[in-house]
Amino acid sequence: MAKKVRILVAKPGLDGHDRGAKVVARAFRDAGYEVIYTGLRQSAEQITTAAIQEDVDVVAMSLLSGAHATLMPRVIKMLKEQGAGDKLVIGGGVIPEEDIPELKAAGVAEVFTPGTPLKTIIEYVNSKF
Amino acid sequence: MELLEKAKAGNKPSIARLISIVEEGTPESAAVLREIYLETGGARLIGVTGPPGSGKSTLTDKLVKACRNKGKTVGVIAVDPTSPFTGGAILGDRIRMSGIALDEGVFIRSMGTRGSLGGVSKATHNAIKVLDYAGFDYIFIETVGVGQSEIDIVKTADSVIVVSVPGLGDDVQASKAGILEIGDIFVVNKSDRDGAERVVIELAQMLDLNPNKDIGWKPPIIKTVASRGDGVDELNDKVNEHYDYLLESDEITERRKIRLANEVMEVLMKHAETYVHSRLEEEEFTSKKLDKILSRELNPYDVVDEILEKTFK
Amino acid sequence: MFDKAKIEEIKKGVADYNSKWEAAKAKAAEKGRKLERSERFVTGSGAEVKQLYTPADIAELDYSTDIGNPGEFPFVRNVQANGYRGRLWTMRQYAGFSTAEESNKRYRYLIESGSTGLSCAFDLPTQIGYDSDDPISEGEVGKVGVAIDSLADMEILFEGIDLGKVSTSMTINAPASVLLAFYIAAAEKKGVSPEQLTGTIQNDILKEYAARGTYIFPPAPSMRLITDIFGFCAENVPQWNTISISGYHIREAGSTAAQEVAFTLADGIAYVQAAIDTGLDVDAFAGRLSFFFNAHNDLLEEAAKFRAARRIWARTMKDRFKAKSERSMMFRVHTQTGGSTLTAQQPDNNIIRVTIQTLAAILGGTNSLHTNSKDEALALPTEDSVRVALRTQQIVAFESGVAETVDPLAGSYYVESLTNQIEAEALEYIAKIDEMGGADVAVEQGYIQREIQDSAYEYQKQVESGERIVVGVNKFQIKEAPPEGLLKIDLSVGVNQAKKLKEMKEGRDNNAVQAKLEALREAAKGSANLMPYILDASRVYCTEGEICNVLRAEFGEYTPLQSI
Repeated sequence: MAKKVRILVAKPGLDGHDRGAKVVARAFRDAGYEVIYTGLRQSAEQITTAAIQEDVDVVAMSLLSGAHATLMPRVIKMLKEQGAGDKLVIGGGVIPEEDIPELKAAGVAEVFTPGTPLKTIIEYVNSKF
Repeated sequence: MELLEKAKAGNKPSIARLISIVEEGTPESAAVLREIYLETGGARLIGVTGPPGSGKSTLTDKLVKACRNKGKTVGVIAVDPTSPFTGGAILGDRIRMSGIALDEGVFIRSMGTRGSLGGVSKATHNAIKVLDYAGFDYIFIETVGVGQSEIDIVKTADSVIVVSVPGLGDDVQASKAGILEIGDIFVVNKSDRDGAERVVIELAQMLDLNPNKDIGWKPPIIKTVASRGDGVDELNDKVNEHYDYLLESDEITERRKIRLANEVMEVLMKHAETYVHSRLEEEEFTSKKLDKILSRELNPYDVVDEILEKTFK
Repeated sequence: MFDKAKIEEIKKGVADYNSKWEAAKAKAAEKGRKLERSERFVTGSGAEVKQLYTPADIAELDYSTDIGNPGEFPFVRNVQANGYRGRLWTMRQYAGFSTAEESNKRYRYLIESGSTGLSCAFDLPTQIGYDSDDPISEGEVGKVGVAIDSLADMEILFEGIDLGKVSTSMTINAPASVLLAFYIAAAEKKGVSPEQLTGTIQNDILKEYAARGTYIFPPAPSMRLITDIFGFCAENVPQWNTISISGYHIREAGSTAAQEVAFTLADGIAYVQAAIDTGLDVDAFAGRLSFFFNAHNDLLEEAAKFRAARRIWARTMKDRFKAKSERSMMFRVHTQTGGSTLTAQQPDNNIIRVTIQTLAAILGGTNSLHTNSKDEALALPTEDSVRVALRTQQIVAFESGVAETVDPLAGSYYVESLTNQIEAEALEYIAKIDEMGGADVAVEQGYIQREIQDSAYEYQKQVESGERIVVGVNKFQIKEAPPEGLLKIDLSVGVNQAKKLKEMKEGRDNNAVQAKLEALREAAKGSANLMPYILDASRVYCTEGEICNVLRAEFGEYTPLQSI
């Protein structure tokens, strides 16, 4: 039996648009993943704590408020500080193309912008495990 | 093992990784469990079960806070069903426990039932052992009160809290699947809603049917509104009272014995199953014999006898 | 509307027509050919569409009781008797970003360009009751709207704008009382009295729990704050629309058109019931209730949606709540074109989508409209794209001809069928929600959330499979260079806003601040109307965060149910 891959789907910041996060969560469930869904308004601390305690393999963050540049790198930094820097971190939402290099430099493995097929996201994560 | 030392010292990533290992049930898992067993047994186990939407996560959140106020550390294992079709699951109980999520003395872990027969309770019990070994004073196990496997998980806790709620259907949910028999404390949550009194009465009537109702512990029925914290103090008192009762009557030893017996049996059965399977494959037993059973040349009972004799001789 | 014999004749004709087509299709199939480009024809919301609609489909419809003339019960054709022949709809562009100073510039620009109403977008900390210097606000200040911390910011926001003349809509919910109080206080300082103020606050907490996510307090105290506003405004700000019951976000979260109607009206029913339960007379407040809908791409289904909603609301208010005033029965609605229909790919195409959606809203008879800008799938809109969006409304108003007669689609067999169909589906949902104990209970149990998410996931799967085509996304794609010239909010906005807030706090009378906050705390413990206390606190420059924190301490905070 293959190892069950666990993924944290998180909504950092104050943004309440969770349609995308929930659709992605369902898609991962239907692809056989164990999805831990955090709900809205998660601080970087909460996301890091959840990622560590749940021992997830993937941390997926969705943001539409424009606060991605602040919040995504912070989660990655905290994960590293707390000895969990080995997790695959991906991001999604309304993220301008020009911000993506900066996010990748901070350690976000891939960024999925609006209109990305679910299949693309799942195949990407599948390819890592 | 370095992981074990770090977990013992309270390192969260190590505890988390150990749980993943024992949940997977790999050969490494057996080695871990062998290593830690003698250093477990210190934690108090509290099971909380109830249907989806009954507010059991909110209740757990409040009970955990009460433990923390006494300076105790707490582990929480929240079990949610895995989809039998895709093998995936969405585990969302953390959302309701935001009040304790950042507490240094609390460790929350979500688990899917992963669908394997009997494996659910084994994986959960293994995870409990890791938390126990890591030194948590209390461990809460939260399950959806449906299905036999979920009941198996909670019924071996030291204290079992069964949560009902008005308005989820005509009959008391607790009466389903024999969950009534395992409750030490019954909670009617969201008791500010219409119909709460009826649920209390129905529960009382059903508990009254128990022929042994006058012997030992008498399960109380407590009304709560978890979101506001109403009734949580009383519930907490009852949980402690029940624990005192377990100690005084020494029922705790009895319970833990049963739990261990179950676990030993589970491990044994699992090994036996694996062994039988491996032998069957070796002998190409199945396909050949199956054909004959199908064509009515053989009957299945003789075949089983034959297998047993061959495998366990 | 037709005589029985005629209907029978038509039915027979339709049966013949259908059997001919079925035979033709079967024959073609034998030869491996298809006569239709799709297995199934459905609306944008996934409802089955027939090949042919005839009078037989609306044989039961009675013009006088089920439709009526415009301005007459049940208001299907329009709440306004002469439609847009008197006044056009209000063209109201939702705007606001960064600081009060920057947004003030945009508002003045909009008024100069012909906007007839303002619509304020607030940033997330403002929407959730946190000040700009709160640690939780980091990275969010000024991002999706303007940051307003106190009366001081509100004064800057409307600098040089006559609050006695302009009608202002504020998208604010959980802390609606606080922002309304800031607005009233700002007007007072300019010598404009509360009776003169016109505008709307969204103030719709149920859809925040269900779909939008900017809640603060649990349902019971939230409903109290809402009914407090109803009571306060009925006496003091009589021209103010005290709530905008919103289906917009329910639709954005992925619901179908019929669900949008159902859940919005179910929320409306819950508010009316709550207000009646506090002792208000239905006709004292119901005339000030307004609604907020979405407009998506399926032109005819969307237009029918508005018509169905007007019929349900009129009948509900009359029959269920025994309203006497006709105004209480009128479903008055603001519309915004569908944000979730905009694509990041080939953003120019969005102008066409917005045009179709504008037509849908106008053919549906909306009372006011915001049109989205083409770049909103990528960032906040630039000034240029906002202008095109407004021009879209103006072209529909002055060039398309659809505004020249009232409800031009009435009597179309298809549109009337769709109207009936949406009404029937919505009524079924409303009955189910009633059975659960109302929209507040249904939301608390996660029922409404689950229904919306099921539809959202279903839609996404159809897009993935190619069953549903989104131009530029899953068909007709091109290689594109990353878009340029998007509006970007600098992180320094947060730092500056926090600095400004600190200075403001040093300059105000802090004894008065403490006294007013204490008075609010005491009032919150009891059952008094909280609006006067919040207004008092606003006048002495208590911040939004300070006021909301007092209420948080008394009311607690809402924790959502897991609902996937």
